[in-house]
Amino acid sequence: MNSMNLALVNEDPEQKKRKHSARVEIEGELCKECLLCIEACAPDVLKVSQKLNKLGYHAVEYIGEGCTGCGVCFYVCPEPGTIKVYKRINES
Amino acid sequence: MIKDILQKPESFYKEFYRKSGSNKLTTHYCPGCGHGVIHKLIAEAMDDFGISNKSVVISPVGCSVFAYYYFDCGNIQAPHGRAPAVATGVKRAIPGSIVISYQGDGDLAGIGGNEILHAANRGENISVFFVNNAIYGMTGSQMAPTTLIGQKTTTTPYGRSIQNEGYPIKVCELLATLEAPVYIERVAISDTKNVMKARKAIRKALQNQVENKGFSLVEILSPCPTGWGVKPTEAKKWIEEVLSKNFHLGIFKDKTSEPVALLNEAKKFDPEEIKKIIGEKNQNEQDTKFSKPDVKPKYQNPRIKISGFGGQGILFLGQLLSKCAMISDYYTTWLPSYGPEMRGGTANCQVNISNKRIGSPLVTETDVLIAMNLPSLDKFENDVKKDGLILVNSSLIGRNVRRGDVEVLYVPATRIADEIGNTKVANIVMLGAYIAQTKIVSNDCVLYTTNHSVKKKEFLKVNEEVFRRGMEYVISYKRKSNKEFDTVIF
Repeated sequence: MNSMNLALVNEDPEQKKRKHSARVEIEGELCKECLLCIEACAPDVLKVSQKLNKLGYHAVEYIGEGCTGCGVCFYVCPEPGTIKVYKRINES
Repeated sequence: MIKDILQKPESFYKEFYRKSGSNKLTTHYCPGCGHGVIHKLIAEAMDDFGISNKSVVISPVGCSVFAYYYFDCGNIQAPHGRAPAVATGVKRAIPGSIVISYQGDGDLAGIGGNEILHAANRGENISVFFVNNAIYGMTGSQMAPTTLIGQKTTTTPYGRSIQNEGYPIKVCELLATLEAPVYIERVAISDTKNVMKARKAIRKALQNQVENKGFSLVEILSPCPTGWGVKPTEAKKWIEEVLSKNFHLGIFKDKTSEPVALLNEAKKFDPEEIKKIIGEKNQNEQDTKFSKPDVKPKYQNPRIKISGFGGQGILFLGQLLSKCAMISDYYTTWLPSYGPEMRGGTANCQVNISNKRIGSPLVTETDVLIAMNLPSLDKFENDVKKDGLILVNSSLIGRNVRRGDVEVLYVPATRIADEIGNTKVANIVMLGAYIAQTKIVSNDCVLYTTNHSVKKKEFLKVNEEVFRRGMEYVISYKRKSNKEFDTVIF
């Protein structure tokens, strides 16, 4: 009863926008195909794409599901802006 | 700090506008290069500590020379190996800044070995990130001081041998023997676990500086797939299996929990104290001022080069001119350039006298050349600007000035000085000649300065006499207005 009240009081109107489930976004044009992210990815949800990017590399891409949002790929990637990881935010 | 989105840190430029070429979004580093990861970890820490607006990254020579393309903070690119010295300067000039010396193994352990040793020994409150890839990556994978025994490089094609090249230098172990450093750790950019350890170490090194703890160094074993000639994933394995077995990972020194030592206490001198130290005693005499004479436009704001044998009083002549200018309300600089010989070698000095503030003491375009011997004329004649002035000591220079587009005064300075009885005062003859020609300062001012600069009092009369003779020579020379060439006396 008490906790329910608190939840209502603390409800952030902006919070709905921040809700996202875990996923990774890879800017294919900035990828240099070093493949360190694929090797580091524990759930194995990254793969090499067939297409060549403008730099002449087969960029890495997300298979679309299974990302846990651990962020390991972000830290092992040597390029500053290629990988963006959204962590899972608890829905409750 | 827990973030729910991991993305390009804000301490990086959104677009790397300093980078040449059209691709402004990726780094110039090769695929799989450790620099990118290390840059990212530093930038992330800068974001989290909120220090990017007061950070200064000193970039080295090496692949990371272009670190200033990426970090959106203060950037200085230092000469090879000198990043710790530049960092020392920045930190002491702006004590509130966060100074990061980012160096590779060639830069830090090779050419800059001495710099890092002394910066660490002084306990400078800076953070050094030492990126060790055991090779000279930028120049084409030559042997570095940190190359392993047996490792093949382009300059050790049979592998590094102890007999020929000695043992690899272990920087962390070496610096950990010093008293002053506060925190020294070696980490590796290899698997996830080690990258996260590197992240922690980098953050700690920066935090130490924020808390004024003192000198921190993090050595980061970093992959160079191109230099090693392997794939990025293989490079990662090589670090784990070979490199980190030779360069052991871990903390070599950590005094961060000890109380903060007092660092680099800044001593402030007041003007009186400085005068006392350099022996300027009389306060009133220092305040004596002379008025500026009217100077013809072509002689205004001269950039003067004075050159001759060591022992001819070249530097002293420059000092006199500068002192005269100072008490005549000009801006002035005096910059000596010594040869290794005190007497018998060549010496020159550069003097600026200006009505406006002076940007650099260096004289690159010469308005006035005072050549006291032949090598000086040979060397500097062509540097004089068109319509400039050359004063030639014709007693020692047996040729005419070759250029036709400059004004030339031939003054037999050494002969005149010899007539007075001392060839050492030839410089004052030249001073007299220069002042008579240009009237840049008043005669009284020169006599006053000379009298107060000469230590031996028996020279006072002589100086006055030769100065007058120098002036008279020019005045009568002008009166005759035929450019007679004074015969050479050798």
